[in-house]
Amino acid sequence: MLELALFYIAASVALFATVLAMTRTKAVHALIYLIVSLLAIAVIFFLIGAPFAAALEIVIYAGAIMVLFVFVIMMLNLGEKGDARERQLLQPHIWLGPAILSLVLLVELLYLISTVEGPASSGSVSPKDVGLALFGPYVIAVEIASMLLLSGLVGSYHLGRRFLDRGL
Amino acid sequence: MFEWGPVILALAILMFGVAGAAILTWWERRLLGFWQDRYGPNRIGPFGAGQVIADMIKLLLKDDWVPPFADRMVFIFAPTAIVVAMMMGFAVVPFSPGVQIIDVNIGLLFFLGMTSLAVYSVLLGGLASNNKYALLGGLRSASQMVSYEVFMGLSLMGIVMMTGSFSLVEIVKAQEDVWFCFSQVLGLFVFVIAGIAESHRLPFDLPEAEHELTAGFHTEYGGMKFAMFMLGEYLGLMLIAAMIVTLFFGGWMGPSLVIFGINWLPPVTWFIVKTIFVINFFVLLRAAIPRPRYDQLMSLGWKIMLPITLLNLVITGAVLLWSQEGVL
Repeated sequence: MLELALFYIAASVALFATVLAMTRTKAVHALIYLIVSLLAIAVIFFLIGAPFAAALEIVIYAGAIMVLFVFVIMMLNLGEKGDARERQLLQPHIWLGPAILSLVLLVELLYLISTVEGPASSGSVSPKDVGLALFGPYVIAVEIASMLLLSGLVGSYHLGRRFLDRGL
Repeated sequence: MFEWGPVILALAILMFGVAGAAILTWWERRLLGFWQDRYGPNRIGPFGAGQVIADMIKLLLKDDWVPPFADRMVFIFAPTAIVVAMMMGFAVVPFSPGVQIIDVNIGLLFFLGMTSLAVYSVLLGGLASNNKYALLGGLRSASQMVSYEVFMGLSLMGIVMMTGSFSLVEIVKAQEDVWFCFSQVLGLFVFVIAGIAESHRLPFDLPEAEHELTAGFHTEYGGMKFAMFMLGEYLGLMLIAAMIVTLFFGGWMGPSLVIFGINWLPPVTWFIVKTIFVINFFVLLRAAIPRPRYDQLMSLGWKIMLPITLLNLVITGAVLLWSQEGVL
């Protein structure tokens, strides 16, 4: 019962933070709400018995990827101009179409969830289980992901090369 | 049945953390003075310890001012983030057997997550100040911390491989025979340096390097908001020291001294003694090593630290496999 209450609190924090993240005009404020939303999702992962996923959500998404987002915002430092453009994007005639379409999907999803019985997972998933699954049945996915990362690394090295040649 | 143990311990950590950080400001200045052949603060109270109270009165009574050009909400939020994150980090530290707020099987990852969340404080503080020096300090801290986080996490994976668990209690128990500072020398080396870089203390305090950035990310901060940044920094120092003790120096392990059926050296004393020793070592580093240039810091990270951690992982893995299977 307590777990259910905690779940609904975390879930509503996540939803509320996400909506705010979309509607803020200042990029930094939006990012802070997005970080809060990620933290709330980590809490949900922890509650449904996936502590490892929860930890990774914090370390990787909230702790590393979002830091890079903030970093980029700082580099660009758009200020008032960026806020004005953001305000323009928030006019109803821009978001109304996608919103209606995703509403249709949401209704469909709710219907599908209502037909599924009971929780999808049971028990707690330890870090060891995750490791065994990743390097057992899903080893191909891990390899493909590593190749993708390698190509990203090579690409960014190529982009940065001209600065290296110049001796900077 | 509600358990009061963790709640009392959490309150104790809160109190000792804040008090310890305050005392540490004085202790560090005294030690620095000692190592640099001068006195340090020695006027108020015995050995100048009253300096702590004087500093506190000054910071508390200072005008709490938010610059009109700053982003008000973020400016006020930023200093709290580092204190909260560092305090949360103490939740998984095992002080002695059974004395721990929570023993989760992801303890190590929880600690890494909390230290990585502490970055936001510096980052948002620098951004919200709307000042070029603060912005540059924030930018530096972002790239410095994101880089050193990588080695920090990787340097600990050797320990995880040897223990077979992320739980900090398990890690301490695995050091019953040999402390990891002997079997994971490379891991210790990288973790100490990454730990200093993460808590952005001198020699790696480039986000606030005063010779080029005034005061870096906290240029616009004063009074209690500035004190929160400092509190967070000293909490971070204590947390990193406690983690080094837990991970590499056997945590609470130490010989016990039983006289009249009472253990006069309970495990927690060993933990505290070791932690104070590590903190003093950090202060010595601050006194001894000059600040590197920013590009030197980054190339040290990616060109020396990363290869060392990877080498450490390969060697640890090979030795473990070899000892398990008995081949070769």
